[in-house]
Amino acid sequence: MSSLEAQLEALAADFAALTLAERLDLLLEFSESLPEVPQNLVDHPDLLERVVECQSPVFLLVEVADNLVTIHFTVPREAPTTRGFASILHTLLNGRSVEEVLTASDAIPDSLSLSAAVSPLRLRGMRGMLARIKRQVEAKR
Amino acid sequence: MPTGFDTDQKINEYAHPEVLVTTAWVAANLSTPNVVIVESDEDLLLYQTGHIPGAVRIDWHTDLNDPVRRDYLSDEAFAKLLSSRGISRDTTVILYGDKSNWWASYTLWAFKLWGHADVRLMDGGRDKWVSEGRALSTEVPQMIDGEYPVIKRDDSILRAFRDDVLAHLGSPLIDVRSPQEYSGERTHMPEYPEEGALRAGHIPGAISVPWAKATNEDKSFKSRAELESLYLGENGLRPGDEVIVYCRIGERSSHSWFVLHYLLGLPNIRNYDGSWTEWGSLVGVPIVQGTEPGTI
Repeated sequence: MSSLEAQLEALAADFAALTLAERLDLLLEFSESLPEVPQNLVDHPDLLERVVECQSPVFLLVEVADNLVTIHFTVPREAPTTRGFASILHTLLNGRSVEEVLTASDAIPDSLSLSAAVSPLRLRGMRGMLARIKRQVEAKR
Repeated sequence: MPTGFDTDQKINEYAHPEVLVTTAWVAANLSTPNVVIVESDEDLLLYQTGHIPGAVRIDWHTDLNDPVRRDYLSDEAFAKLLSSRGISRDTTVILYGDKSNWWASYTLWAFKLWGHADVRLMDGGRDKWVSEGRALSTEVPQMIDGEYPVIKRDDSILRAFRDDVLAHLGSPLIDVRSPQEYSGERTHMPEYPEEGALRAGHIPGAISVPWAKATNEDKSFKSRAELESLYLGENGLRPGDEVIVYCRIGERSSHSWFVLHYLLGLPNIRNYDGSWTEWGSLVGVPIVQGTEPGTI
């Protein structure tokens, strides 16, 4: 796995090279590839934390084992933009070390060239997800 | 010639039945000439995942708002936008969207600022269409450009600015946000990003009537009798009242504006689109916290 920094830089470059419409297509692709949560979490949604910064019902759970971070998200299919953001964070951060996640740039949501298409409120939702991931990692390390 | 109205019984009980259609009406009018169906969502990717066949999209953020100034687009840009969607001045426009039609109502309100005559909402919006298992398409229709004239937007009747609200204090105001937003309770944890306003609470004298009280489980509007009981009964509005509605950025209050103005027929309803993100950050204006409307 390349470093988080390198992966983020490559992803940011991908987004920047596209037209606005193509960026939204890419975000949609991300939204379609967000993994489902495992059955034990489907059965126990109370284990997940609500991301209140998102207007859609978004929940997340972070697990830490052997210094590695596993992230689970549930985002309704009716909220593809929010799913796309969750999926990007999942792609970047899932399986990384505690240190890498805790030092991940807080500017990830601002580095995807989406601010012209996405309202500030939505990007704030993504910042909320990132802040809550870090907080859970800190609490569970 | 205007396109036929929906003869649905519930719709015809409203004060202005000509501004609302059922999903069934839309399904029967997908290829009716001079009808353009427009999806307006909060989630800007939803349209791409599948929309009513033949529908075009208008986005509140990228299409209706000016990219620099906090305001709507210019008269010229509005004319260009509508023409590009195949809409002319005499087109029947059917709006629908996610979130119980918040953004579709907001788009409808904006269309009315430019005086578009025949624009209607699809009752229940996107969710109702989808839950009824009706057709969706991912194909973006190729529209033949409409010929929309440049019209001067009129903000004087349907829109309230902050100075209008200040002058209105003491007259009926409706806060349509959630009870927690109204009371000024913090809904976020201290280390997380702030709401888009520096202060929490509500405008003095505003009563709390959350927008969702006007909708059924399936996202459609409640019947006229139920809405009258809510607004005129329980909350004491009188038909001739001048009322200003607001929320956070004017979208949920467009929904309530639509209900009060068109479904109940109250003539003097304005939407304060600056809403809490403006009022809650203004220097020196009065604010009330707690569950009571409070006084000035």
